[in-house]
Amino acid sequence: MSEAPVFACSDGTQNDMIDDIKAKHLDGLVVASCSPKLHQVTFRNVAKRADMNQYAYTQVNVREQDSWAHPHDHMGATEKAIGLVRAGVAKSRLSDPLEALVVQTEPRTLIIGGGIAGLRAAIGLADVGIEVVLVEREDELGGWVATLGATFPHDVSGKEEIAGLVAQIKTRRDITVYTRAELTGKSGSFGNYDVQITLHRTDGDKLFEVRVGSIIVATGFDSYQPDDGEFGFGIDGVVTLPDFKKLVDSSTGALSYNGRKVRSIAYIYCVGSRQEAGGNEYCSKFCCTATIHASLQVGKLDPSIRQFHLYRDIRAYGSYELLYNDSRDGGSTYMKYAGDDAPSVAKMPSGGLAVTVTDLLTDRRELTLPVDLVVLVTGMVPRESKSLVDVLKLPLGTDGFFNEIHPKLRPVETVVDGVLIAGCCQSPRTVGESVAAGLAAVAQSAALLKKGFAELDPLVARIDPDKCTGSGECLTSCPYECITTIEWDGRKVAMVDPATCKGCGGCVPACGQDAIDLLGYTDAQMRSAIEELIGTVEPVKEPVA
Amino acid sequence: MADSSGAAVNMPRILVFSTINISDPGIDLAGSQHLEYPASVQTMPVPCSSGLKPSWLIHALESGFDGVFIASDGEECAYLNDCAERTSAIIARAQAMMTERGIPASRLKMAAVCSVCSESFANYMREFAASLEKMRADSSAA
Repeated sequence: MSEAPVFACSDGTQNDMIDDIKAKHLDGLVVASCSPKLHQVTFRNVAKRADMNQYAYTQVNVREQDSWAHPHDHMGATEKAIGLVRAGVAKSRLSDPLEALVVQTEPRTLIIGGGIAGLRAAIGLADVGIEVVLVEREDELGGWVATLGATFPHDVSGKEEIAGLVAQIKTRRDITVYTRAELTGKSGSFGNYDVQITLHRTDGDKLFEVRVGSIIVATGFDSYQPDDGEFGFGIDGVVTLPDFKKLVDSSTGALSYNGRKVRSIAYIYCVGSRQEAGGNEYCSKFCCTATIHASLQVGKLDPSIRQFHLYRDIRAYGSYELLYNDSRDGGSTYMKYAGDDAPSVAKMPSGGLAVTVTDLLTDRRELTLPVDLVVLVTGMVPRESKSLVDVLKLPLGTDGFFNEIHPKLRPVETVVDGVLIAGCCQSPRTVGESVAAGLAAVAQSAALLKKGFAELDPLVARIDPDKCTGSGECLTSCPYECITTIEWDGRKVAMVDPATCKGCGGCVPACGQDAIDLLGYTDAQMRSAIEELIGTVEPVKEPVA
Repeated sequence: MADSSGAAVNMPRILVFSTINISDPGIDLAGSQHLEYPASVQTMPVPCSSGLKPSWLIHALESGFDGVFIASDGEECAYLNDCAERTSAIIARAQAMMTERGIPASRLKMAAVCSVCSESFANYMREFAASLEKMRADSSAA
């Protein structure tokens, strides 16, 4: 049967669907409406409430991928919709009666990294009743933020912020912190990971295990370290942004460097960022505003210091632009250089520094600025994490940071169920954005653990033991080591662990015997759907207007 | 672009394999922005392009599709670090099978389509449809 409601997702239509499914004993549901990104969960719940297998439901996208894309081709869009619906029916018709994998979950989270994202996440989890084990590799908590004085945008002290969080954590019995500690092993599966923690102590390493339901990785970043000679790095008076920030934070009166009073500063932006292919191609986002903020601090220390900002593009986004305006109003001079014509730094015979730049804002004039200090505005680079990648099987992006499933739609989830990422281990970002990601990981973790159980999508790979010849071709195709060899009917065959399979299907084409199917995308479903998509349709008398 | 007379009915039929997390949202975005491309383009989402069987691509071409386009995750795949290499290998296997069957390899294409690559996707579809149309015309003339 088919119906054409105006709003398929409305409560009334959902109830009508449930009534029809029950009354007519229907065993498949196809909803042809908007993108599955919007209402797949809605209609899976409709199927469940109607006592239908939720995996016999198929969403067909006839809005974003049809009517909205072809507004001037009514006939073509209508025929396309017919094909898409027929393919959806084919997929539902051939669907397996699957059940979600229900796993009991341990109400405890492991947080790796005691920077601001990890600390804030720990407090957030404890607030919602989830026990926390936090491991920090260093002697002290706080990470980079603990080294900072005033931070943008509101001049809050990083040191004081961290001290406040640590003081809160000390009062929480449900947060256990281990410093000089690392995650060195993991077994089990989502909801019940047995993690091995190694404590590095003066009398030797000590190992222990703890069971956790989820893991939040918040291991932070490293700062880009320029090569010798890169923008004059190595010359006395050429410093990186983190070193300059320490200098400014520790200054109470006039600004001095190595005992010399600083009267002028040149900031060279985008050092180690937005490089050509092979380098760090990304923008670190925080460094423009951090530099502008530091220069405002300098202005407060000594308004007479001349400050020159040599930039490619100022990316002080959102309300940070107000700081940029304050900086210009305060007398800072901004000069724009081209990406392929970078400034150069040289030591002058008099002892000072000379920065030469071709300024795009003054008709490409080459200017040489005599300055006392050059600040290389360095961005973030991914922290070395091979051992963590090996233990958690977390994928890295080409930039070397951990990969989320989707930066906007699923921003803290990874393909490893129950393993979340937060903060600068994921991509460069500001302190505020790191805290927001930490809290997002809290919400996601709480959603997974608070019920005491969780349901995993059963759309995983399945091996037909009758077809499998035990060649082992598939074993190396899975980086998550979900496929093992077992004895079956007197011979060796491959088997997939459904609790750890990520459902990517990467093993499917690896099998020379066609013995592997990805449930929900089986060979029969894919072939049938292809045939229905291309199927000749009867002429449409009245195209949908 | 075709009008409501249904001119797209005669356009080359293209099957796009998209990926649920990355390229399918990009294709959704093309629709949300009303970036028009031929209605003869149909999409089948899969979790990851590394899971496509070469035989499915051949099946699509032999069933009547003029072209198959794989909208892959490229370097952004959340599942597999080597997704681009794996997908390229699948394409290579499929093109070898196509050659055996006398199907021009140019009827199969791949490009990375990200979740905001709406304009790129619409352009790919227009260009691919045009090249398939030319191929069809050349074939008729010969």
